[in-house]
Amino acid sequence: MEYIPLNFPFLAAALLVGVSFYIMIFKRNLIKLIMGIAILASGVNLFLVSLGYRAGGNAPIYTDVPEGPMVLPVPQALTLTSIVINVAVLALMLTMVIHIYRHTGSLDSEKSRKMKG
Amino acid sequence: MDKLLTHSPILIIVIPLVVAFLTPLIGRAGGKARNVLVVASLAFVEFLVIILARDIYLNGIHIYTLGAASPELTLPGGAMVPIRIILEVDAMSIFMGIIWATVSLTAAIYSISHMASETGQNRFYALLLLMVAGTFGMMFAGDLFNLFVFLEIASISGAALIAFRTRFADAVEGGFKYIVISAVAGLIFLFGVGLLYAQYNSLNIGFLANAMQYSTLDKIALTLFLVALTIKTGMVPLHMWYPDSYTVAPANITAMLVITSHACMYAVFRVCFTLYGITLDPATVGWIVIIIGLLTMFVGVTMAVFQTDVMRFMSYHAISQMGYMWLGVGVGLAVLGNPGALATYGRAAISGGIFHILNHAMYKPLLFMTAGALYHRTSTRDLNKMGGLGHNMKFTLILYIIGTLSIAGIPPLNGFASKFLIYESVYQFNPILAVIAMLVSIITLASFTKAFQSAFTGPQLPEYKDVKEVPKSMLIGMGILAAGIIFTSIFPGLVLERIVYPATDALINQGAYINAIMGGGTP
Repeated sequence: MEYIPLNFPFLAAALLVGVSFYIMIFKRNLIKLIMGIAILASGVNLFLVSLGYRAGGNAPIYTDVPEGPMVLPVPQALTLTSIVINVAVLALMLTMVIHIYRHTGSLDSEKSRKMKG
Repeated sequence: MDKLLTHSPILIIVIPLVVAFLTPLIGRAGGKARNVLVVASLAFVEFLVIILARDIYLNGIHIYTLGAASPELTLPGGAMVPIRIILEVDAMSIFMGIIWATVSLTAAIYSISHMASETGQNRFYALLLLMVAGTFGMMFAGDLFNLFVFLEIASISGAALIAFRTRFADAVEGGFKYIVISAVAGLIFLFGVGLLYAQYNSLNIGFLANAMQYSTLDKIALTLFLVALTIKTGMVPLHMWYPDSYTVAPANITAMLVITSHACMYAVFRVCFTLYGITLDPATVGWIVIIIGLLTMFVGVTMAVFQTDVMRFMSYHAISQMGYMWLGVGVGLAVLGNPGALATYGRAAISGGIFHILNHAMYKPLLFMTAGALYHRTSTRDLNKMGGLGHNMKFTLILYIIGTLSIAGIPPLNGFASKFLIYESVYQFNPILAVIAMLVSIITLASFTKAFQSAFTGPQLPEYKDVKEVPKSMLIGMGILAAGIIFTSIFPGLVLERIVYPATDALINQGAYINAIMGGGTP
């Protein structure tokens, strides 16, 4: 029974990734596509940060440290970096969508497409 | 000088990064000062790459541990796990580094005139240098997470550069496609990194390679890496974004993007050979790589035949040429577990693939730049609207011919040297593969002849009567690449011996890579 709560974050991450792929493949609105990528990013980040969880571990902050083992802060550092990168990516994508809308007057990925073949 | 050499791996990444943020400041003083700064910094980086390369060929793998008391100290205080960020530069990494340093330098020189009429040039050069830093980071990173971070830096700046001419609707569309694809690929890659971290509690490639079990989770991680990097490289069947993005970017940026694709390809080879090495089932993965390579080669060239947009036409050829590299390296990978076959033809096949990266990295940017030169003077990319440009643009014509002969693999030129090496070694593995590769080469020549005929030959068209040769800086940029092609054509043996075979051996020799991290380093 103890394993269920520990595995729960991984299931949630898998669900988020699944939802995001559904959105990216079946939705034609560019804003929704970006939301799909944001959800994918959240899923991956959740996966990374839950890797770093150890039952009974302490935060690796050296002042007033309680007794017991400390966790290695690498996954947290990875997640923070990944969040920062994704903010930049999302901002850039939204800027481009603004430009696409100005040029074509549409956010539909089929209608705003110029290049084929 | 010694200090410069010791710290060169990090300097090569940091100098473009710092200069990137200086350019908007210096740019306020004037365009000329900024251009000098950009070109000078890239020339200095090129110099650092060359001295580092020389040292690697003489003394082996170069390690740089960030924040350690001395750069070689990978395992501080007797630790069993490398915990710091480590840059590991071996002969394969520096091989890619030499290519990237040269192409980015020529692209920067070329941009001076090509982008002269654009607004926002300060930001253009800042992004260009960010892309330089990101791609160098991908080539030198010794751990998977930093590979991801640098991949994203290169992708973000690359997408912004593709969409740089926002006044064109298609440019923004191309940039958007690029960033979407890069973001998805990057996240898939990161998921794979997470899977490996979950099992081995480390991100260092050398450490992971040492501990690799090839369990089910490792197989899933390998699949995720391959999918992510195949998307980013632009291999068939995941190539749809590639011509769309590369067509609309400024030509100098397309030339650089070709090499960022190669950097992703380098990451594939690094993952297959160094991270998994012999533990992955070499025959299966090797055949997957071979089949992707063949498909890419064939679909790329057939799609190229009926393109009328000159940049799009060349983008499809770039896709097709990448198939050769995967074919060569895939054959080598398929026989990795068989020392006899590896010695007779496997090593030659890998060398052919890697040599083709070098050649492709010279003639494809050159061809893209000549396409950019045509666009610079005619303001159209449509081949059907061009004609008779050979009368006025003689130098561009000569450079185009050099590129064309090289990409088609006509005997004295370097494209022939690498393709021949691939045909010869692949034939011993499986004759059919070599036949398909030759067929693709013939179609390549045919379609380039067609493009040549419609752009350069024929009577002078009235609307292009006053077309002049492109400005000097563009010619210098293209000239450097053409000189590289001619040098490699005259001395293919020298180039193979000095830089290609060491790179191949660095890929095959997984032990040396692991040993550089895990062995020694403790005080």
